[in-house]
Amino acid sequence: MGDVVTMDDLTNDEIISILDAAERLLPVAKGEIYLPLLEGKVLANMFFENSTRTRMSFESAMKRLGGSVLNFSSAGSSVAKGETLYDTMQMVSGYADVVAIRHPRQGAAQYSADSIELPVLNAGDGAGNHPTQTLLDLFTIREAHRTLKGLNVVLVGDLRYGRTAHSLSHALVRFGASLTLVSPSTLRMPDEIVSDLRAHGAEIKETGSLSDQIADADVIYMTRIQKERFPDEDEYAKVAGIYKLSASDLAGAKEGMAVMHPLPRVDEIDPSVDSMDHARYFQQAFNGVPTRMALLCRSLGVDVPKKVK
Amino acid sequence: MTEMRRVTAIRNGTVVDHIPAGRALQVIQMLRIDMTRATPVSLVMNVPSDKLGRKDVLKVEDRELNQEQLDRLALIAPAASIAIIRNHTVAEKLRVELADDLVNVSSCSFSNCITKNAREPLPQRLRVISQDPLEVRCYYCGRGQDLEELVENII
Repeated sequence: MGDVVTMDDLTNDEIISILDAAERLLPVAKGEIYLPLLEGKVLANMFFENSTRTRMSFESAMKRLGGSVLNFSSAGSSVAKGETLYDTMQMVSGYADVVAIRHPRQGAAQYSADSIELPVLNAGDGAGNHPTQTLLDLFTIREAHRTLKGLNVVLVGDLRYGRTAHSLSHALVRFGASLTLVSPSTLRMPDEIVSDLRAHGAEIKETGSLSDQIADADVIYMTRIQKERFPDEDEYAKVAGIYKLSASDLAGAKEGMAVMHPLPRVDEIDPSVDSMDHARYFQQAFNGVPTRMALLCRSLGVDVPKKVK
Repeated sequence: MTEMRRVTAIRNGTVVDHIPAGRALQVIQMLRIDMTRATPVSLVMNVPSDKLGRKDVLKVEDRELNQEQLDRLALIAPAASIAIIRNHTVAEKLRVELADDLVNVSSCSFSNCITKNAREPLPQRLRVISQDPLEVRCYYCGRGQDLEELVENII
């Protein structure tokens, strides 16, 4: 109940309803209004792998809505002593009402969801999925274009290990976007995902070159090469720094084209882009707060009022 | 029927016919047939077949395999036909059926899947996305599974 492990756990209508609720919650996310919808509720932030934005925005979302947060990190915990994920989750289910989990192993979120009754929100499982990032990405795209339908979205970089690209591409094709996948051949989108995307009838283009794609793009979604998931340093060195976007590259871009990045960036987007209207990545990072607020409300069965005052 | 006579007919037991050629030894492994027991097991491999071109046949004496054991075969021998033999006659005919959800049949082959920690207590689960062509993914991590690896990882 209320689990969100992959985007398949949400229908298109549910996604739109979460984005609409997030939009109404914007003044709460900014701290302009205090709305304690989740007072007395506890979120367990179970981070078995590092996180900055996801962990903090979950915490901010919960606290802005009057709830509280238990923060866990695996270093120094009983996990370091060899506790299974199953046992850790049993313990947490006694302490909290909803769980956000990030884990280096793929499948850990589904496994957790099957281990306990509490709603489990996948905050990233290995190179698997990251659906709460997708919600904030969709929110950001809708903010820029007022629609999700029929856009040409260019996903760039590490499409093999980049879980944000996996979840986002699934969601985008459901809203009728055409996708252009730009990556080196070694970091292509996994075959099973490409086959799922095509099964939705989506137009998918795969290429190694970014510069040819800029003029037609409605969104350019840059991703970091996921160094930590490479089997060895030499393989990483071959592709590090392969795609870089700077202000001069965007001269021919459409007006309103949005440059996004799940962050952290290394050198994928030059700081010269930051001041351009195209740059949406810092706004995108903020959007994690209202979208996670809306998602937490949904998982805890709390309705977001039609008018937030 | 000449190919069936390459091995003597059995009095009691199970005959698994229409195994894809070369897979009979894996079928034995999948059925968890205990080779330390005294019951004879006969194999016919790579014989001509109208249905498959070439096929393997397996005969297990004095043991009646049940539907649950047989369904495990569906991964590698989806066209298998099974006869339960009692007193030299076919007492029952069975077919294998590939379930959508394979629980504790084989384990995920992806090295970074959460189920790779052998102490984790939940069962191994695989989802059958499509039967023909066969496409199987881990229920937890979503990775597509290679048939040969699934056979190697039989539980």
